[in-house]
Amino acid sequence: MDISLQQVGYSYAKGTPFEKRALYEVNASIRTGSYTAVIGHTGSGKSTLLLHLNGLLKPTEGVVRVGDVSITADTKAKELKKIRRHVGIVFQFPEHQLFEETVEKDIMFGPLNFGIPEEEAKQRAHELIRLLGLPEDVAQKSPFDLSGGQMRRVAIAGVLAFKPSVLILDEPTAGLDPRGRKEIMELFTKLHKEEGLTTILVTHSMEDAARYADQVLVMHEGRSVMAGTPEEVFGDADRLKSFRLGLPRSVAFQHNVEKLFGKQFGTLALTEEQLAETIAEALKEEGER
Amino acid sequence: MLEKMIFGRYVPGNSFVHRLDPRSKLLFVFLFIIAVFLADNTATYALLLVFTLLVIFIARIRLYFLFNGLKPILFLIIFTLLMHFIFTKEGALLIDWKFLKIYEEGVRQGIYISIRFLVLVLMTTILTLTTSPISITDGMETLLNPLKRIKLPVHELALMMSISLRFIPTLMDETDKILKAQLARGSDLTSGTVKERIRAVVPLLVPLFVSAFKRAEDLAIAMEVRGYRGGEGRTRYRQLDWQLRDTLVIILFLLLVAALIWLRGGN
Repeated sequence: MDISLQQVGYSYAKGTPFEKRALYEVNASIRTGSYTAVIGHTGSGKSTLLLHLNGLLKPTEGVVRVGDVSITADTKAKELKKIRRHVGIVFQFPEHQLFEETVEKDIMFGPLNFGIPEEEAKQRAHELIRLLGLPEDVAQKSPFDLSGGQMRRVAIAGVLAFKPSVLILDEPTAGLDPRGRKEIMELFTKLHKEEGLTTILVTHSMEDAARYADQVLVMHEGRSVMAGTPEEVFGDADRLKSFRLGLPRSVAFQHNVEKLFGKQFGTLALTEEQLAETIAEALKEEGER
Repeated sequence: MLEKMIFGRYVPGNSFVHRLDPRSKLLFVFLFIIAVFLADNTATYALLLVFTLLVIFIARIRLYFLFNGLKPILFLIIFTLLMHFIFTKEGALLIDWKFLKIYEEGVRQGIYISIRFLVLVLMTTILTLTTSPISITDGMETLLNPLKRIKLPVHELALMMSISLRFIPTLMDETDKILKAQLARGSDLTSGTVKERIRAVVPLLVPLFVSAFKRAEDLAIAMEVRGYRGGEGRTRYRQLDWQLRDTLVIILFLLLVAALIWLRGGN
């Protein structure tokens, strides 16, 4: 599903003394099947932006288009539910949304709400438990008896269970250990490829944005200020710095190496693997001379 | 979604009402609540209403903002009003339309009770809107201090109050977050039968309770770690300061009571 935002603006608590402007004239377009990373400093409007993508917030100005549905300030609630069927959100600390008596029932909550038959929902719940690497006997346990990492996986399963075609991830790995972080990010990449999902990742990690995304959107003080491929965005370190954002570690390392050796490498190393290759090639060249 | 609720919220400002000592405000509101029950006829209820509107004006609170924030409570007031219209059957018959019969006394009682309710809610809301939770607690603790002699745990009560006030906005935000997460999973609170709607609240309440208990535990540990041992020998950073304007407020209150007694019909 293609998603586009045109001149989207949003104010919280409009018409009260607490009124607070969160978005100004945001423009963006996200193609079907793309993997977009949204990066920005704390308070840049990333989270507000993603709430617009499945109608949890309606823009106070402008239009959000999801597939063939347009959301404006006066779209009816019923229309919004249709969008939610196709756009799943994994919120920050999604384990806070668990409530059912058993893991199985909690995963089935979404599918049942969207009218998927009970048998099918149950089957999906078990598939997802396996897919997310949870022990099989977890299905009949209370979600509150699990460890933090397992709760996170159950909550993610609860969103994947209704097979959304657009998946929005709001810092899905915050607070996980490095290994759990990698496992979950790789799972999303796998799903993205196998199911042909349109994935939108909101993250503080420049490394994740560089490694996984094919398109990067930069938010700063409620505006969309940069958009492009990871190479384009992370190639412009000075501009990123003006938005109080850094570079992925591998790119920063490459810059240091380039400075010390006084030569430029042709490509930007977005991951450690690419960095190793670039340096190895440079060393080989040096040796041949 | 709940950002419009203002009950229990504090809006910083610098009006006459904002600058009053919390003790005089608390004393005033507490006595006012009792004084409201002195009213028994049109003149006295009108006086109460005008007085309250005057206080809102002095506190520089926008009326639209106030009433918009109190919408849920206004519904309750309108509901009481209607109940009185329908069920009080005294005095002359005013409207007789099919099965609906409205009597004079019903209208009068309904309006009186609604004003009483409205004035009480407005006055307490003005108190919380113009006084920071910390000042309210400080004021409360000082006012109740004499009761320590009869072994009333004043400090603990004040602490409980300040903690609950402190966590109202936090829990509101939390509710909002959980609500959004469940909406995203297709939960629907605004349509369906009454039974379905009640069941739709469960996915909201369970996570909210879980997180409230977790927060309470974290807070208790954090306090313990920083050596909290109750009120014994504890000094204060903020000193309360009773000024001329606070005495004026008390005099104003006495005048209001005198006027109420004078205008009152009596029985």
